[in-house]
Amino acid sequence: MAYDQSTDAFVAFERVQKSYDGETLVVKDLNLAMPKGEFLTMLGPSGSGKTTCLMMLAGFETATHGEILLDGKPINNIPPHKRGIGMVFQNYALFPHMTVAENLSFPLEVRKIGKSDREAKIKRALDMVQMGAFGGRRPAQLSGGQQQRIALARALVFEPELVLMDEPLGALDKQLRETLQFEITRLAHELGITVVYVTHDQTEALTMSDRVAVFDDGRIQQLAPPDELYESPQNSFVAQFIGENNTLEGVVKNITDGLAHVQLDSGDIIDCKPVNVSKPGERTKVSIRPERVEYNKDRLSPDAHTLKAEVLEFIYMGDIFRTRLRVAGNDDFVVKTRNAPDQVRLKPGQQIEIGWLPEDCRALDA
Amino acid sequence: MADATQTNAGASGRAPDDASGQAQDSGATGPVLAADGTPLKASLNRALRAQKLRALALIAPLLIFVLVTFIAPIVDMLFRSVENQIVSETLPRTVAELSDWEATSNTLPDDATFDALYYDLFLASEYKNHTRLGSRLNYEQTGMSSMFRRVGRDVGDFGDLYLDQFEDLDERWDEAEPWAALMAHPGYLEDAAEWRESRDADRIDPRDTPAPRFRLAPGIEDLLPKTAQAYTHYAAFMRTEEEETADEDEPWTLVSTMLYEDLMAASAADIAAYDGPMADALQTAHAAAPDFETMTRKAQFLEADDEWGNLDNWATIKVYSPSYTSGYFLTAVDMKLGADGIVSQPEDQQIYGLLFKRTLFMSMVITISCILLGYPVAWLLANLPMRSANLLMILVLLPFWTSLLVRTSAWKVMLQQQGVINDVLVWLGVVADESRLIMINNQFGTIVAMTHILLPFMILPLYSVMQTIQPSYLRAAKSLGATPFTAFWRVYFPQSVPGIGAGSILVFILAIGYYITPEIVGGTSGTFISNRIAYHISSSLNWGLAAALGTILLGAVLILYWAYDRIVGIDNVKLGG
Repeated sequence: MAYDQSTDAFVAFERVQKSYDGETLVVKDLNLAMPKGEFLTMLGPSGSGKTTCLMMLAGFETATHGEILLDGKPINNIPPHKRGIGMVFQNYALFPHMTVAENLSFPLEVRKIGKSDREAKIKRALDMVQMGAFGGRRPAQLSGGQQQRIALARALVFEPELVLMDEPLGALDKQLRETLQFEITRLAHELGITVVYVTHDQTEALTMSDRVAVFDDGRIQQLAPPDELYESPQNSFVAQFIGENNTLEGVVKNITDGLAHVQLDSGDIIDCKPVNVSKPGERTKVSIRPERVEYNKDRLSPDAHTLKAEVLEFIYMGDIFRTRLRVAGNDDFVVKTRNAPDQVRLKPGQQIEIGWLPEDCRALDA
Repeated sequence: MADATQTNAGASGRAPDDASGQAQDSGATGPVLAADGTPLKASLNRALRAQKLRALALIAPLLIFVLVTFIAPIVDMLFRSVENQIVSETLPRTVAELSDWEATSNTLPDDATFDALYYDLFLASEYKNHTRLGSRLNYEQTGMSSMFRRVGRDVGDFGDLYLDQFEDLDERWDEAEPWAALMAHPGYLEDAAEWRESRDADRIDPRDTPAPRFRLAPGIEDLLPKTAQAYTHYAAFMRTEEEETADEDEPWTLVSTMLYEDLMAASAADIAAYDGPMADALQTAHAAAPDFETMTRKAQFLEADDEWGNLDNWATIKVYSPSYTSGYFLTAVDMKLGADGIVSQPEDQQIYGLLFKRTLFMSMVITISCILLGYPVAWLLANLPMRSANLLMILVLLPFWTSLLVRTSAWKVMLQQQGVINDVLVWLGVVADESRLIMINNQFGTIVAMTHILLPFMILPLYSVMQTIQPSYLRAAKSLGATPFTAFWRVYFPQSVPGIGAGSILVFILAIGYYITPEIVGGTSGTFISNRIAYHISSSLNWGLAAALGTILLGAVLILYWAYDRIVGIDNVKLGG
């Protein structure tokens, strides 16, 4: 997603800070710019400040410092009902005393839209989420998934350009969640709306978003498209938080031509790509994805550094094999291999040698 | 909601088909059977019976307590509102005679009725329950109480006229033993003598061993029927009330009067044929009786109190002679059961309609005041952070924990003309010292004090309902473009209506029956129907009318409850959770 931040940012946070008690900052110096039509996910553990950011954007919380811009205009002093932002809540927040159609009619009525127009829009919105036959029902008569579809339709029915979603699928079971993930992304792209989506589920973030902002400790740790986030984490928090990850600790020996040699605490030397390290002698955490570890020596380059490993556990998971190894004193080193016909099945106690391509092994901050 | 019911109805409508389908599948046409061959329903009932019995045993103590101390007294009280046996029990003969008499005939009842009245009242005055009857009838017709009290004093002397003339013929007519010898069975006299002897020797306690039951002498009932009846009544009275035997005292003058009537009716041959005790005295008396000085009972009654010549009094006795009456209820709605049917009370005596209307109106005003004052407080309670909410909750509950009397008295101190509020207003110069506001002993005082007292009953249900309304509803409404007011009015308020309903029912029903506060701060214009009920229970002792007023009040509450259920739906009332 290459774009020029200064000209076509649709939503922008500029040096935004937020404190509830005047002592600690929940959001620290947030800078973020989104182009129109982007699906951006705020991902992070609870308490990382992602929901607070969303609430500031919606207008339910005010920023202690900094500026929030919508379509180039500051919105800090605009009350929520004048911002024209659609919002979907985790608990759906469908009005229980109104039918589904009345719920959808509500945003249109407060906008003084005529009856026939309203009915057409409601019908279109309900059809959009495949709930056309449920207009007369009450929310309590719908299942969780159906309720969330209605909530989605309600947030879209008045055709906002920006829609905020606060963990909308958090209360649903896994299968339903996956179906709805797909539908939400489909709708977002079809309608060309800009979406800010908050979740703590990294799979959701990776599968749905154009870009993901990983939050921790009130800051954006990394803002990148999903593949970049997974394959090139910028720091050890992101590496740990996104996907499964093996960590080895050590000290940088030397850095030459984009290749670093790291001496692990066990004494072994490995090849890595320097990301957050710049000079020899720095402590570092080295991150390798489990599926990038290789124990078939034929597939490694001849001059690659290898490590001795002992197989502790072999788990058959159907499509993949998950092998737990002891590597350089680390008992939780995991290797995932595809279940292919020629794949070796390791046995506990077996001694093997493992290695990897240097670019898959990233030397991050300690 | 309606859809849900339809869906359910649809589902249950299908269920029987499904069940029969299953039965056909399994090849059986009868009811579904359990594993041991008994019908499944019976088997299920048996399994649940122990459970049900245990549940019943758990609530039994409370159930019995409530039945005995609450339901039974209420039913008894309600029953009093129609019960009217006192007239027919006290004046049975008069009531029977009056059945042929019409007040519209404009003539006094015939002599037979007065004779019956004499007999009834004589007995009533001996048993001393004529005054109770007088008080009862006085509710319907003023002056009847004194009429009965006065005649009760005199009725015992009516018979002296005949007794004196019998006595002039023979001294024995004024003595106990000759009378007993004439009237009583010899066997009774023996038993009586024996019983007296035991009593006088303190061998028995007359309260534990009453005197022997009286038996009439053989044949005397045919000879002197009325005398025998009167003497039997006398003997029964002696036995139960005086704890003596009949031959210990000379009989009532009623007996002498009856003897005169019997002698006038008896044939000389029958009297001559009698050869028992006192045969000679009887014959003498029979011969002399036609020459006796006599007087009609009507004349005697009119001489005692000329009110007995008032047709209205007689009409009242007749109208209230049945065992059950609608009279109390009619009085409670400012009507009256007159000789010509149901009529309105005179304008100046219509007080209950006004009181009922006032009670309903003021309860409504109090309920509305409670909603207006309680809603914002409940909203604040539900939306403040926990700590501040708890503090506020204590402030709300504080009046709850203070005695009702103390709170009401405090309002008295606040509101009276020399009270705190007036003093402050005068000090501020808002009102002049000589025109201090009258805020107590009127409707205003009652409304202020009761609103304050009943406010927690509005706030608590409101609060518990509001707590369940998630703040995200308001946020959602605002994010959808509603102004804060629209969001409140269209999203928050409708969801809090069940709380308003619950609070209103609670406050209104409590208010409609309130007694202490209106009594203390209500003066004359601010009292409720309950104050009138209390007056009839404790001061005027007209329990029947109190019961009728209470029944109407209960009925009004039930009707309102029913109407509320129809309009709002009682399922929508939430007292918590």
